[in-house]
Amino acid sequence: MADAQKSDPGLYDYWPYIDRPKIEWPNGAKVALWVAPNIEFYELDPPVNPSRKPWPRPVPDILTYSARDYGNRVGHWRMMEVFDRLGVRGSVSLNVALCEHHPEIIEECVKRNWEFYSHGIYNTRYCYNMDEAQERAVIEDAIETVKKHTGQMIAGWLAPALTHTERTMDLLAEYGILYTCDLFCDDQPQPVNVRKGRFISIPYSLEMNDIIHYNVNLGSPRRYADILKANFDQLLEEGAQSGTVMCIPLHAYAVGHPHRIGPFAEALEYIVSHEDVWVTTGREIAQYYFENYYDQTVTAIGAANGGR
Amino acid sequence: MPLPPEYLKYSRRGYGMDQSWYDWSMLPKRPAVKWPNGARLALWVSTAVEFFPLNPPTVPFKAPGSMSTPYPDLRHYTLRDYGNRVGIFRIMKVLDGLGIRASAAVNSAVAERTPRLIDEIVKRGWEILAGGLDMGHIHHGDLDVATESEWIARCVETLRQSTGQAVTGWLSPARSQSMQTMNLVAAQGIDYVCDWVNDEMPYPITTANGQLVAMPHSHEMSDLLIIFQNKHSEEAFTQQLIDQFDVLYREASADDGRIMAITVHPWIIGQPHRIKALERALAHMLAKDDVWPATGADILAAWRAQQA
Repeated sequence: MADAQKSDPGLYDYWPYIDRPKIEWPNGAKVALWVAPNIEFYELDPPVNPSRKPWPRPVPDILTYSARDYGNRVGHWRMMEVFDRLGVRGSVSLNVALCEHHPEIIEECVKRNWEFYSHGIYNTRYCYNMDEAQERAVIEDAIETVKKHTGQMIAGWLAPALTHTERTMDLLAEYGILYTCDLFCDDQPQPVNVRKGRFISIPYSLEMNDIIHYNVNLGSPRRYADILKANFDQLLEEGAQSGTVMCIPLHAYAVGHPHRIGPFAEALEYIVSHEDVWVTTGREIAQYYFENYYDQTVTAIGAANGGR
Repeated sequence: MPLPPEYLKYSRRGYGMDQSWYDWSMLPKRPAVKWPNGARLALWVSTAVEFFPLNPPTVPFKAPGSMSTPYPDLRHYTLRDYGNRVGIFRIMKVLDGLGIRASAAVNSAVAERTPRLIDEIVKRGWEILAGGLDMGHIHHGDLDVATESEWIARCVETLRQSTGQAVTGWLSPARSQSMQTMNLVAAQGIDYVCDWVNDEMPYPITTANGQLVAMPHSHEMSDLLIIFQNKHSEEAFTQQLIDQFDVLYREASADDGRIMAITVHPWIIGQPHRIKALERALAHMLAKDDVWPATGADILAAWRAQQA
């Protein structure tokens, strides 16, 4: 395939974080908080995608494989207990094959009325180099598998291991999915330009992502708590002007360790104890935004970009 | 070019794991395990006793801590050797003072090169774990079975002869295995492996040569991870160990024991400015009278006696 690569993905227009129409969340909340546990299954020996190796070490990379498996065997429960204590529902970024591998985890989340959205089939199957039929097959598989095991139609998408093609967003919109978590360019929901239909991006922070903090930035548990609180405080302050979104993406294999759960729980408790925060899910943010702000935003962005 | 059709086939998609070494199981759903004398936590300290050759191979990768400047890298060679000459004696003094017998994961090259050090370890009643030949002999997927089998046999044999101990535990250099490693160590009369980081309690592993137990030899609660890799301070190291302990202690009970495992490297924690960071954390733990300092073999024996 000799298609030229683009300099701009063309998924959205420039729209500065000033002079925007005001967003107000339900009950006058200034920040919409959603907490997004990634529930993942990594295969020991997956087929190889030419664009990315599945593991840092040669197969079998039992160190990394088992570090991920820890989340399902041990960490999930500890993380879920914190959610239960603080009355937070998760918005699950799900490798959908986990429904088959570990149905017990799915049942516990269903019992708690958590949202499920798709994070691909496995975190070791990347979308790079897929043709359209293959990418459609992945999306259809995700929709059907989640529906079968949870009764929910997925509303959101986080690309498996954050791997995309140029057509991913177009296809998601076509299948009736409402939002993507893969665009990190804003602290408010944003319309996404797709071939047909309506589609938005909801802020899903890499900066607040536990795995980025712990495995990329090599941060400490207490610093993670400090970062979460500072992020919230700032978004709350700005939310008085126009509502903001804070996302805390989690992985039980990171935050679920004993030495990390305490500082995380303390930060989450601090955040949800505020009055001006709407503790919600990705789906609810997307629906509320579509009902109240999508049309006016598209119009405003069009005007700002010369009546496009 | 699109991906081959096999990329969307999922041959191991089904209940449980995608390999046959162990069963899927969530820790909170398992039968309780009791430790001797009503202890809530077993405290397992493991000390790495390693030889880093001046000329390590680069395939498949260099173990963390290996030579990293051009040959001859006297800087890192001697920094690692510092651990076996000086640092380990600081660890011994701390553990002797607190009445802790450690497990020592020993590269058999150390037994050949410096038997005096092995005598000091054995004299204290520490348990010897087989730690491979040295840090330049990494077990990995492309290693042929005959070679790997010879490495394992030579390591275990050398350590049994030089220590007089049964040597029933195995820790691979850099926690790296091939698909055959567990079959081969089982054939050498090893009872338990320490490479897997997916659990906080022992669990059974099935091999072609009988059953092993995976023991939760800590990867996270380690000076290698917290200080050497993550570059956190000594104070943060102590804090994270204490936080880990406090959460595990709270979750455990006299009727359902858990394991606090700590892994230390004499070339890291044995530096003068660091040793007290370990001592403070251990003193915090042993201030509770229902904490049981034990070796890996002690914990395994207690656990096994309660398995149906």
